[in-house]
Amino acid sequence: MDSRVPPDLRDGIRDTLPLLLGIVPFALVAGVAGVEAGLTPLQTVGLSVVVFAGASQLAAIDLLGRDAALGVVVLTVVVVNLRMLMYSASIAPYFRDLSARVRAGCAYVLTDQAYALALARYVGDRDRGTSTRRPYYYLGVALTLWIVWQAGTVVGVVFGAAVPDSWRLGFAVPLVFLALLVPAVSDAPSLGAAVVAGAVAVLGAGLPFNAGLIVGAVVGVATGIALDESGLGNGDGSGGGGDGTDSDPAEGH
Amino acid sequence: MATSYGPLSIWAVIVAGGLATFAIRLSFIHLFGRVDEVPPWLERALVYVPAAVLAALVAPDFAPASATVEAAITPELLGGAAAVAAAWKTEDVLWTVAAGMVGLHVARFLL
Repeated sequence: MDSRVPPDLRDGIRDTLPLLLGIVPFALVAGVAGVEAGLTPLQTVGLSVVVFAGASQLAAIDLLGRDAALGVVVLTVVVVNLRMLMYSASIAPYFRDLSARVRAGCAYVLTDQAYALALARYVGDRDRGTSTRRPYYYLGVALTLWIVWQAGTVVGVVFGAAVPDSWRLGFAVPLVFLALLVPAVSDAPSLGAAVVAGAVAVLGAGLPFNAGLIVGAVVGVATGIALDESGLGNGDGSGGGGDGTDSDPAEGH
Repeated sequence: MATSYGPLSIWAVIVAGGLATFAIRLSFIHLFGRVDEVPPWLERALVYVPAAVLAALVAPDFAPASATVEAAITPELLGGAAAVAAAWKTEDVLWTVAAGMVGLHVARFLL
């Protein structure tokens, strides 16, 4: 049995195991939060299967729980996941020999972690002169994450339904956002982007359709670009957290 | 914070969000050869998307209900502060959530 598992697939699974410590609690929160926000268990698991991108799932759950306009919910999911355009462009050359169907499958399971691990492996191949041509390594990582993500969501749904409201497990959602936000604020422009976006979102909290969120995000991004252009981006990390490790801002799960 | 949307609306959001996310993921993987890379202006903007979106998402959850000091210091704010400290120190989701939940409940007990 073991010999029939392609070695690259096994390597991918093995390299993913240490990441699971961060993925499992995130998946549990996605399950708990969905039920707490009034989604049915099936809808909560459906969100994990259909969207399969943690930060955007929590954003959607958060906004649905606040009865935000449906268009704003979908738009927020899109904005949160836009970073995957960069991953798609960056990893595309390594998938070009695959059939359209396999490429579509690879795209569906694309996440921050699968991208980061697979790209490091493929770039390493070039240096070592070895080859990981087939997508086995990538799929080893991505499918392991997919399975653990779905299982974690299911456990979270069951757990969330059984826990009394006084435990306030729904509060885990903004806490996960903070866990992703702090490392994303790694220099002056990104700190400026975060501060302005947060302030505008608070001031615009009364706007219809939760438009304050979208306006805040757009103004925040513009602030980051403006600060970057003014030369502040070249300074050291004078901002909040992230001691120089700027990997994967806002990881997908 | 329970939603008042019906099942049809929720499923519409799930399907639309899922299709849009899939389109983003597939974009360059599908188009490779015709479009090889993200336009530089978009790439620059994308750098600041996580910080801006996450801050805009999270800030209203911690904003005070009124502009007095008593109203500002809530268990949520103290829990959030504990979470930020943990996130800064560990950059780990598990520790951040744990610190924030403990902070929230300790503050609720004390305040």
